[in-house]
Amino acid sequence: MLTNRFSILFFVTTLAALSLQGCNNTQPNTTSKTERKNLECIAPAKPGGGFDLTCRLAANSLKESKLISQPMQVKYLPGGIGALAYNNIVGSRNKDPNIIIAASTGSALNLAQGKFGEYDENAVRWLAALGADFGVVVVNSDSPWQNLGDLMEALKKNPESVVFGAAGSIGSQDWMKASLLAKAAGLDPKQMRFVAYEGGGEALASVLGGQTQVCPCDVSEMKGQLESGKFRILAVLADDRLEDEFAEYPTAVEQGYDVTWPVWRGYYVPPNITEEEYQWWVDKMTKLVETPEFKQELANRGLFPYVTIGSEYETLVKKQVKDFRELVKEIGLSK
Amino acid sequence: MDILDFLLQGFAVALTPLNLAMALVGGFIGTLVGALPGIGPINGVAVLLPISYTLGLPPETALIMLAGIYYGAEYGGRISSILLNIPGDSSAVMSTLDGYPLAHKGMAGPALALSAISSFIGGTIAVIGLTLFAPLLAEMAIKFGPAEYFSLMIFAFASLAVIVGKNPLKTAIAAVLGVMLATVGVDSGTGVLRYTYGQPELYDGIDFLIVVIGLFAVSEILLLLERAHMGRLIPVAINRTMIKLEEVLACKWTILRSSIIGFIIGVLPGTGASIASAVAYSTEKRLNDSEGTFGKGDFRGLAAPEAANNAAAGGAFVPMLTLGIPGSGTTAILLGALLLYNIQPGPMLFAQQPEIAGGLIASMYIGNLMLLVLNLPMVGLFARILLIPNWLLVPGIAVMAFVGVFSVHGSMVSILFVLAIGVFGYFLRKLKYSLIPFILGFVLGELMEENLRRALAISGGDMGILFQSQISQSLWVLTFSIVIILPIVRLLFRRRLLEKQKT
Repeated sequence: MLTNRFSILFFVTTLAALSLQGCNNTQPNTTSKTERKNLECIAPAKPGGGFDLTCRLAANSLKESKLISQPMQVKYLPGGIGALAYNNIVGSRNKDPNIIIAASTGSALNLAQGKFGEYDENAVRWLAALGADFGVVVVNSDSPWQNLGDLMEALKKNPESVVFGAAGSIGSQDWMKASLLAKAAGLDPKQMRFVAYEGGGEALASVLGGQTQVCPCDVSEMKGQLESGKFRILAVLADDRLEDEFAEYPTAVEQGYDVTWPVWRGYYVPPNITEEEYQWWVDKMTKLVETPEFKQELANRGLFPYVTIGSEYETLVKKQVKDFRELVKEIGLSK
Repeated sequence: MDILDFLLQGFAVALTPLNLAMALVGGFIGTLVGALPGIGPINGVAVLLPISYTLGLPPETALIMLAGIYYGAEYGGRISSILLNIPGDSSAVMSTLDGYPLAHKGMAGPALALSAISSFIGGTIAVIGLTLFAPLLAEMAIKFGPAEYFSLMIFAFASLAVIVGKNPLKTAIAAVLGVMLATVGVDSGTGVLRYTYGQPELYDGIDFLIVVIGLFAVSEILLLLERAHMGRLIPVAINRTMIKLEEVLACKWTILRSSIIGFIIGVLPGTGASIASAVAYSTEKRLNDSEGTFGKGDFRGLAAPEAANNAAAGGAFVPMLTLGIPGSGTTAILLGALLLYNIQPGPMLFAQQPEIAGGLIASMYIGNLMLLVLNLPMVGLFARILLIPNWLLVPGIAVMAFVGVFSVHGSMVSILFVLAIGVFGYFLRKLKYSLIPFILGFVLGELMEENLRRALAISGGDMGILFQSQISQSLWVLTFSIVIILPIVRLLFRRRLLEKQKT
């Protein structure tokens, strides 16, 4: 009896201790210039999504290419599609040189719409984008539309007849893709029929089930769906054709519609770190992208090469946010 | 390929020592993860995914282990539901209804044993369904559009009235409060912020985990405190640890029906185990509760949700494996795991990589059996948790609940939410409101709103879409019969009974 009670006690305390270990907030440690400990990547979302993937890309490839000696931890700070993490980093952890935070084109879009609260794109230091995904226009293989032109004709003739099934609400990336298509067809984006689903999987299911007709999805979501022959890709929203299995699909640009949507996956760092500390990260990332381990990790995650680092990246993000701001105003979503 | 060949090939993969060991490890971790309030299968799988990848486990082995965690958690969730009245994860909410009263009658052991057996049967029926009908079911699942989901939610709300029927007004109020809480956060259709007061913490709405932990764990702690302070704490005895065969046999039809209901609901993407167990419970209550024993410690009231939530976990694999579309949050992460190994789930998986699909399915047969063997002898040990003195147990629960919430959200604000909702839950319970309609209102309300608006966006505002398909029509008929015809029949029946008594 007594031993049993003790074993339960032991069990409970061990578990509590184990779970506590997972979330202690260690103080930054910056004694040496070359070697740093307690590196962290913050995924501003729940486990399992795109931000998690972005963090794992950095954490795994940095470790495997031996650019860091101790593993980089991935931590989650979900809330408001990244808004909570953004506010937290700018507001309180703004001097911690050991953290990077995952971001994407979606973060730039949210910043442009003022969804990150009082802070704008200048509130943090943008570090690097390491990979990208691309928008893609997908229909059911039973669909009468054989190419982007057919879809655009249908949109022009009767905007009501085309229902977009997408992952994310009005103002999200998928909505932007659909709006840009509508705009290219000469329509007011407000005319289009747009159904918001929880994620890419649900949106694709709705196209498959015939509830909606077009998914403005991402290329990575189409992996594994192509061979089944259940979907048809009308256009890839990249500047040039992609490689390998996606090489056969034409871009929207080559079909005469200037719509592109690259989804970069990158990182920012806290605003008040020293220039030296920022440069340390830039050096690491510059070395990282040359390693075979990184290229392997990138391919494993279904991402395409897309590298911009340091000041070049800062300029890119700031320009993109500015462009989005105008675009959003133009489409009629601004407040 | 022949199903039998396919399965045999799968067993050849699953029965290798490494894969067997990993199924056991996964099942064991899953049971723990499920048993701990605050940490659910999603967190378990998400945390272990990178570890298994780093360890260099082959893809089928990793998948077998992660799947083990997933269905192991459905076993484990019941433990704290029964013993402490605190659901270990979201799908175990319904198991508190009869499980906790059973534990209070000194039947903690038999309750745990029965729930393990129902879990086993539910899980196994789901795997059989997965083996035999997966492609067929997947085709049906995609026909389930927003309009059909909406009518399913209406049906589930109608069933609510049956679950806690004593005071319909209080049930309705609790359900509406739940629906109201679900409206906080970014509106999924338009992206407009609702009731967030400029707080980024509220943008994503209030997490289910926070609501469950607050509502159940914190309010339970407060109640325990109150009872201890008033000196009205009833010591819990353990009468016997094993269940009798006739008690299991008395539940056989309940378990069978609930397993089938659970499996079907699990197959539909986006619904999941919590709704499956609620529908199964209310069905059984409607069919069997002639003596009014449900909710007071009826074995069938425990067997139903437990069989259903395990069956639903199995059902969620159907759309994931056949269409590459996850049926639940956890299968979404499993899908990510497959992608990490460069395996593309989808219609071609069964044909191109039968060792992975077959190995996974075969391991689910074995894993379920293992979990039963693992869980039955531990029943006595688990039941002894009740003997832990309250001065140790209560802080223990509190610590684990808060650690669980903090590890997922990483913010103190979430802890404050838990406390606030806990105090609110305490008052609800003092005022004799049931928490079950509240939590179901919270879950169903969001799904119902989303799907209604999606349906109307598709139809361009025409309400007709809600009644168009055969699936929706049958669900509306079912709802109608529960809400209107059933009470009338019951009334007539009672009147006739009264007349008989008079004469």
